[in-house]
Amino acid sequence: MGDAAQLLAEREKRFNDAVALNKPDRVPIITMWDFFPARFKGLSVKSVMYDHQLMSDTWAECFDHFQPDMGENPYAMRGFAKVLETLDTVQLKWAGHGLDDYSSYQFVENELMKADEYDHFLFDPSDFMIRRYWPRANKALAALEGLPPINQIIPYYWGLYSGVFLLSPEMEASRAAMIETAKASAELLKWAGAFGKRMAEMGLPAPSGGYAQVPFDTLGDVFRGTKGIMMDMFRRPDKVMAACEKLLPIMIDSAVASAKRTGVMRVFIPLHKGLDGFMSDQQFHKFYWPHMKELLNALIREGITPWVLVEGACNTRLEAFRDVPPGKVLYHFEATDIFRAKEMMKDRCCIRGNVPATLLSVGAPEDVKAYCKKLIDVCGEGGGYIMDASTTLSDAKVENVQAMYDFTKEYGVYK
Amino acid sequence: MEELVKAVSEMMEDEAIDLTKKLLDQGEPPVKVLDAYKDALVVIGKRFEEGVYFVPELIMAGEMMKTASELMKPYMTKGSGPAPEANKKGKFLLGTVEGDIHDIGKDMVGMLLDINGFEVKDLGVDVPAQKFLDEYKAFQPDIVGMSGLLTLAYDSMKKVVDGLKEMGARDKVKVIIGGGQVDEHACKFVGADAWATDAVSGVKCSLQWIGN
Repeated sequence: MGDAAQLLAEREKRFNDAVALNKPDRVPIITMWDFFPARFKGLSVKSVMYDHQLMSDTWAECFDHFQPDMGENPYAMRGFAKVLETLDTVQLKWAGHGLDDYSSYQFVENELMKADEYDHFLFDPSDFMIRRYWPRANKALAALEGLPPINQIIPYYWGLYSGVFLLSPEMEASRAAMIETAKASAELLKWAGAFGKRMAEMGLPAPSGGYAQVPFDTLGDVFRGTKGIMMDMFRRPDKVMAACEKLLPIMIDSAVASAKRTGVMRVFIPLHKGLDGFMSDQQFHKFYWPHMKELLNALIREGITPWVLVEGACNTRLEAFRDVPPGKVLYHFEATDIFRAKEMMKDRCCIRGNVPATLLSVGAPEDVKAYCKKLIDVCGEGGGYIMDASTTLSDAKVENVQAMYDFTKEYGVYK
Repeated sequence: MEELVKAVSEMMEDEAIDLTKKLLDQGEPPVKVLDAYKDALVVIGKRFEEGVYFVPELIMAGEMMKTASELMKPYMTKGSGPAPEANKKGKFLLGTVEGDIHDIGKDMVGMLLDINGFEVKDLGVDVPAQKFLDEYKAFQPDIVGMSGLLTLAYDSMKKVVDGLKEMGARDKVKVIIGGGQVDEHACKFVGADAWATDAVSGVKCSLQWIGN
């Protein structure tokens, strides 16, 4: 136990030093595993998604082998097959449910909020979500579409009619599904908690204790769809802005609550729809960056480190991204020119990434080492850098991941 | 007509629809109106390359085209429609590969190819390799274009290229792969002739291949 506690403290310090733009003892190395641990053990994705014990043992064995500077708790985003199945959700396809047994899950984008429903959402987002979004996103909750407006249930005599709806035959299946989902969620959280402890006993810090999105991303990803929100920027820009403003405090509050609940003061923020090419500079500064900046600042004020996964390329957004308090934000780059980012960010933000996923899945270990060397030489200079792949290790070859870990631990030591 | 080109290329959707209706009402042949949209698409494509326009403008352009086609339908008589297939510049077999269900990039490519004179056969998403190969035999395309956003797509893409090789067809057809994460590593692995991370550059490359 003593060793684990010491290891945990060392790794936390290594990470925190990098984020604070100081020089750690060596370049930290952390990766986003996706279902790599299952492949590492020759198991199917499906088998671990449905078996909590197997997932725990498989992930622990993989982490024990690679000894990353942080672990990753797979349950909430990987062990959720039972929850998804009970809800009969339409927003994901997963192994054994629309995809083959060895595939990672894929997000299915739907226009679950129609263009003419902005006003409903703006008037009362909770009512919209319960009566429109939930039943459309989850087939098992279809009956909620018939529920009378939630906001009309005030004292008991106003709520009589609405309350009775819960007893209706069409609600019976949805009610049962909600209870079953709650049970599956409780089970999932139990395993997540246990795995958190297991990681701590292995000396592995958790990479994040909460999740948030830039409001424009949430609006686009889960409500309007990419095409929908892109057209909305032209057709109904005021509604888009109003909806983003409505979502901002929800994003902040849920992420802060989650970080405090888990005790891990880091929040994961993947960026989806503000990337280079996805909108103009003008649109970025109107619909995206102001809310993103406020989100980052609000989390920083709570003592939380935002870990921003900059998906795709964001070369044209780097100037804006710099505009945050120094040593507080971690930017993880996928296809952005990370060497240029280092130049622009070195006095401002820690950067992380970006061994290309393509290199890890189709390249050879020597190519991986050569790329890691360049990353450590250029991005690692003076600290403020964390080694990682450009995105998750989904399809990475084991020998390439091994090369990345071995090389970084050896060559990445600061003198 | 100039006004219509301007309205479409400036993303003034309402004006574009009104003008289209007005021109068709005045007896303007649908082919002429369609030409105005094509001219606008050229302007939009150029602005995209210059970094003035981005994906949202391409999507809006696609939507405006769709609305315009609907408006034109009642006015279409024999011979007034778009060029028959025989006049097309080349044949393009398009699809998102097996295991991947992303369609936005593929759809933009399809729209731009169509407006640039290609005969496009779109196989949809999550298309098995065998389906690509069967359709290759039936359709005899000049170019096979495979889309995929996920890294797992490379294996599926490679299967199609390997299949083309086995059929002895690899040197008779050009292969291009497209998607947010493709790069030279992926292109080499798959055995494609070219790769593109955006719709406009992919279409440009295809036009060069057929000598335009």
